[in-house]
Amino acid sequence: MTVHTFIDEAPETGPATTPLKAGRATSDIGEANQWTLVWYKFSRNKLALVSGVAILFFCLVGLFAEFLAPAIPDASRPQFTNAPPQQLGFFVTEPDGSQRFQLHVTGYAMEVDPASLRRTYVPDPEQVVPVGLFVTGAPYKMWGLFNADLHLLGPTEAGDTMYLLGTDRLGRDLMSRLIYGTRISMSIGIVGVCISLVLGVVLGAVSGFYGGVIDTLTQRVIEVISSMPTIPLWLGLAAAIPLTWSPLMVYFIITLIVSLFGWTGLAREVRGRFFALRGEDFVTAATLDGSSERRVIFRHILPSLTSHILAVVTLALPTMIVAETALSFLGIGLKAPIVSWGVLLQEAQNVRTIANAPWQLVWPAGAVVVTVLAYNFLGDGLRDAADPYES
Amino acid sequence: MPTRPASAPDLAPPPAPAAADDDVVLSVEHLSLDFRLRTEVLHAARDVSFKLRRGKTLCLVGESGSGKSVTARALMHIIDRNGSITNGRILLTGEGEPIDIARLRERGRELLAVRGGRIGLIFQEPMSSLSPVHTIGSQIIEALQLHRDLNKKAARERAIELLGQVEIPNPEQMVDRYTYEFSGGMRQRAMIAMALAADPEILIADEPTTALDVTTQAEILDLIKRLQASRGMAMLLITHDMGVVAEVADEVVVMHFGRIVEHGSVDDIFYAPRHAYTRRLLDSTVKLEQSRRAAPPADAPAPRVILAARHLTKVYGTTRSWFGRETAAIKAVDDVSFDLHAGENLGIVGESGSGKTTLGRMLLRTVEPTSGSVTFFGDGEPVDVLGLSRRKMRDFHRQVRLIFQDPFASLNPRMTVRDIVGDPLIVAGKASGRELDRRVAELLELVGLDPAMRERYPHAFSGGQRQRIGIARALALDPKIIIADEATAALDVSIRAQILDLLLDIQKRLDLSFIFISHDISVVRYFCDRVAVMHRGRLVELGPAEQICTAPREPYTRSLISAVPNPDPRNKRMLHRTRFTA
Amino acid sequence: MLRYVIKRIFYMIPTLFGLSLIAFMIIQLPPGDYITSLIASMQDSGINVDPRQVDRMREIYGFNDPIWLQYLKWISGILFRGDFGYSFEWNRPVADLIWERMGSTLAISVASLLFVWAVALPIGIYSAVRRHSVGDYVFTFIGFIGLAVPNFILALSLMYFSYRFFGQSVGGLFSPEYIEAPWSWGKFIDLLNHLWIPIIVIGTSGTAAMIRILRANLSDELHKPYVITARAKGLPGYKVVLKYPLRIALNPFVSAIGWVLPDLVSGVTITAIVLNLPTAGPLLLRALISQDMYLAGSFILLMGVLTLIGMLVSDLLLALLDPRIRFT
Repeated sequence: MTVHTFIDEAPETGPATTPLKAGRATSDIGEANQWTLVWYKFSRNKLALVSGVAILFFCLVGLFAEFLAPAIPDASRPQFTNAPPQQLGFFVTEPDGSQRFQLHVTGYAMEVDPASLRRTYVPDPEQVVPVGLFVTGAPYKMWGLFNADLHLLGPTEAGDTMYLLGTDRLGRDLMSRLIYGTRISMSIGIVGVCISLVLGVVLGAVSGFYGGVIDTLTQRVIEVISSMPTIPLWLGLAAAIPLTWSPLMVYFIITLIVSLFGWTGLAREVRGRFFALRGEDFVTAATLDGSSERRVIFRHILPSLTSHILAVVTLALPTMIVAETALSFLGIGLKAPIVSWGVLLQEAQNVRTIANAPWQLVWPAGAVVVTVLAYNFLGDGLRDAADPYES
Repeated sequence: MPTRPASAPDLAPPPAPAAADDDVVLSVEHLSLDFRLRTEVLHAARDVSFKLRRGKTLCLVGESGSGKSVTARALMHIIDRNGSITNGRILLTGEGEPIDIARLRERGRELLAVRGGRIGLIFQEPMSSLSPVHTIGSQIIEALQLHRDLNKKAARERAIELLGQVEIPNPEQMVDRYTYEFSGGMRQRAMIAMALAADPEILIADEPTTALDVTTQAEILDLIKRLQASRGMAMLLITHDMGVVAEVADEVVVMHFGRIVEHGSVDDIFYAPRHAYTRRLLDSTVKLEQSRRAAPPADAPAPRVILAARHLTKVYGTTRSWFGRETAAIKAVDDVSFDLHAGENLGIVGESGSGKTTLGRMLLRTVEPTSGSVTFFGDGEPVDVLGLSRRKMRDFHRQVRLIFQDPFASLNPRMTVRDIVGDPLIVAGKASGRELDRRVAELLELVGLDPAMRERYPHAFSGGQRQRIGIARALALDPKIIIADEATAALDVSIRAQILDLLLDIQKRLDLSFIFISHDISVVRYFCDRVAVMHRGRLVELGPAEQICTAPREPYTRSLISAVPNPDPRNKRMLHRTRFTA
Repeated sequence: MLRYVIKRIFYMIPTLFGLSLIAFMIIQLPPGDYITSLIASMQDSGINVDPRQVDRMREIYGFNDPIWLQYLKWISGILFRGDFGYSFEWNRPVADLIWERMGSTLAISVASLLFVWAVALPIGIYSAVRRHSVGDYVFTFIGFIGLAVPNFILALSLMYFSYRFFGQSVGGLFSPEYIEAPWSWGKFIDLLNHLWIPIIVIGTSGTAAMIRILRANLSDELHKPYVITARAKGLPGYKVVLKYPLRIALNPFVSAIGWVLPDLVSGVTITAIVLNLPTAGPLLLRALISQDMYLAGSFILLMGVLTLIGMLVSDLLLALLDPRIRFT
């Protein structure tokens, strides 16, 4: 006979748990709207946070390029072609042995190669070139609007050289060129992605909401575009740019080319989500509540999309940057006098250059790699956080 | 000997008191399971103890979150990566040396031999529980070859034999079919065949029939009982349905948040429950004999018709041949006609594929009928619903509202409760600003929610509370008719009754009629005045709820009603049901 | 199954049509035509050009026809005669120039694809099963680097390292002494020596993406009920993973070829330009710069066709793998 047993207590009200660390009070989660929840989830991903800061940093560098760069990108000093980077130091040893704080870089000593009678410069630790913050340097037009000549970092004596990252084959400061190049490369990504955004969201939304013939047609077009290998297409379009166009026009056309093939991913994502959301109960409920089609799209469906769109857009950015870099590297994208990372890389194309002056490859390549990495981590983090309700 | 009703000959005579533990095959002693979550440790099972005996069925009952499923899986040492057995023993004592399953190593051969060889497992969703890309035969053969020394040919023959034992027709052909080619009930049978392939001593069934229709459920439970008897297996059946428990169990264990709150024979539990939670569970179990609806007084005036559906039909996948002849692929709804009277609750009952959901959607025209008519007599004036323009349909939708099944999907997670409930008012231009706020607060109170919570988002509420929000939204525009499409199917048993009572209360206060669509006949009986039974698109029978549920006329209805498990162990119905063949 | 194959091939036709339109559009894009640039270069070298002769040349080569007629002529030439047009710069029919190049492009693309699969599969499985372990993090990180570093930069860097540390003559597919030599074991080894840089360069980003896809999908599948069924049967751990969830997680893995392949062909193009491999890439660039449009357009068209065929193969493989697709 089975014994009848029971617990002589009132029923419990919730599952038994032992807290591990102080969690957030449930009251503020209840009132948290979508963006707060997305932020909570996103901020748990430390890597994505760091990447976000890095991207922000690059954007600021691009924004204040004129102020931050020690020199003008076009200023060339033929005596200093292919000069190696100068090391930044903080303390100077006085003749009597004491240390003095003086921001400086090591200077160059000139050597003449007896065989080829060529002048080369080697870093000379004895030479001290004082540098300072907020120095007066070469004049520039800030954002093309107003004149200034203040630089964040530069040599205190005019005429001295400060090449923290070395120079290129024409004796131009690589660091300044890199900083100015940041502006162009980062902005192409952003402008390009805006164009893709508009195209992708509109076409994806129309395709996903109405379905039917419109959808099939758009899908076919997307299929055609996305089955083409991108680089040959870009090459084809870029090579068609007339050589007579001004650098600014070329800039815009390159942006356009690069974004023409980038919208397909966004459109697919938007369409997919639209399809998924169209069948959701709360959308049916909204229609039955009397909402017009427009209201359903804008008030009910689109808010569910924005975080996803943000994630996809962030992931599409690095493709644009790499595309522009690749095209300029091959010589058919941006050209001098515009400076971008790709243009910088173009000048470092052959093995001999790399062997003799590796800094010309390392710094622009490093900038590209760090930016692309950062965007990828950021986009990944956004994508993971995009749907805070899925669990 | 207490007198027993003649229709229950299968109540076994009470076992001899000195039997002790000869027939115990599995003994769980003080089992505790912990799961490491991100911010806390969840004690999913605490000090759980019970014994499984040969030939007997022990039912583990509880609602979601009670820990019953994880306990069952732990018996085979199947635990998620973040979980661990912190205490207790699981002693397998059937044949040979007793083995403590809790101590077995995950990769050890002993454990692999126990799984499938001595304990078999079947569970809920046969579609996702069987591999979609392998044939049924290969999966059964694999189970055979793991525990029996058979070559391929012998294993295949044995697999066919097993499929025959679980009553799958044409087993020689079905053995090479893929999972998706089987229906729900057949998949479950295949799964049973696979679990029994190596002749285990113990069968664990985790909600095996929850996803199945009532009639299929009866057949599967029947099959399991017969197989258990013929093989002398012990069975652990996990369920939340007290009706199934009453029909099938010998012993019952009630779990609540990881603890066993009550444990006894099935008779004790049903007729002498001691713990408050057990009593709550039993009270919420609606019985087929019971209804809260008061019978209308004899001298009441003839009810007026408020919605009339005539010859509604919905056909999918018509193809037109060259000669203009049409061949229909599927008739989801076939020539259905009924009336809804003012103030009454009409239930539409059917199994999956009966067309009841499609019918509900047709009344609202979210699915367009292929033919037929729907007439709405809102204020006396007949309105032909199918001929309304889009603008006029909005007016219609204000008077006829819908409550959805899934409380999680029917509320926009990105809108506050205030926005959700107030949306119909905003769209209809009926209220704004402070007036809107007041109205929303009123509605929330009406459904039993605290109006101060209206600035919160849906994720802060439980399933039952969200369903209340959905009801408040439906009531926002003072409708005349509410269509409830499986409104309680996704809720726990104890919450279900609360929601039904809420709806009945609201109905008393407002002038409302309900169309209640459900697959659960007991719920329909509790809530409705008249019931319409649907089968494969046709309306099979329509009549007063009492008559349909106690004395149905049509053969299909009779088979349906008799298959409903009765939560009364002394009056088992399901095992004596009538069978219906189309 | 046969019906499915035919259906897929049938669906490819509009896409092929669209592809040819795009390729043709690119041919027509640069202002002027070959004649214009020919005249320009002739004038540069001081040769006088007779306008009537120019017009006749235009007639002969069909540059005066309306656009749609030019397209029809070009397409029918390709489809019916295998005639891809004429390369004005090399002064030979395009068909002579492209086949060998396309052949090596195909070979390298396929080799890279196999590399991607071979590397991504085991790493993906490991990462999914041992999620959040040290190994998982290391692989994810390396994968990200591979994803982030653009092909040509990687090519440059590898070239540099190989030159610096191995003294190897890089660039090209063969060392100078083997180029004209007949096939031999030595030539094959030499080929492999040169091939590893391009394959790694081209394959890294694809590998990284595939690892992420496999890891995500397999992790999802590992929590599904049928895995529990398999465990409950008594299947040992590794078999549980390999036999059931992997089969299903392979679906997106295989169908990912659809977009990895265009990436690979792109990668071949640009890497070949940097490393000077005898594939389509360098020739394409030259043709574009000198506006030898028939050569350029044909390359673009063929690359697109290559990708489409690859996607068709991936779809067919998918149907073989997953019976649900065949039957619905």
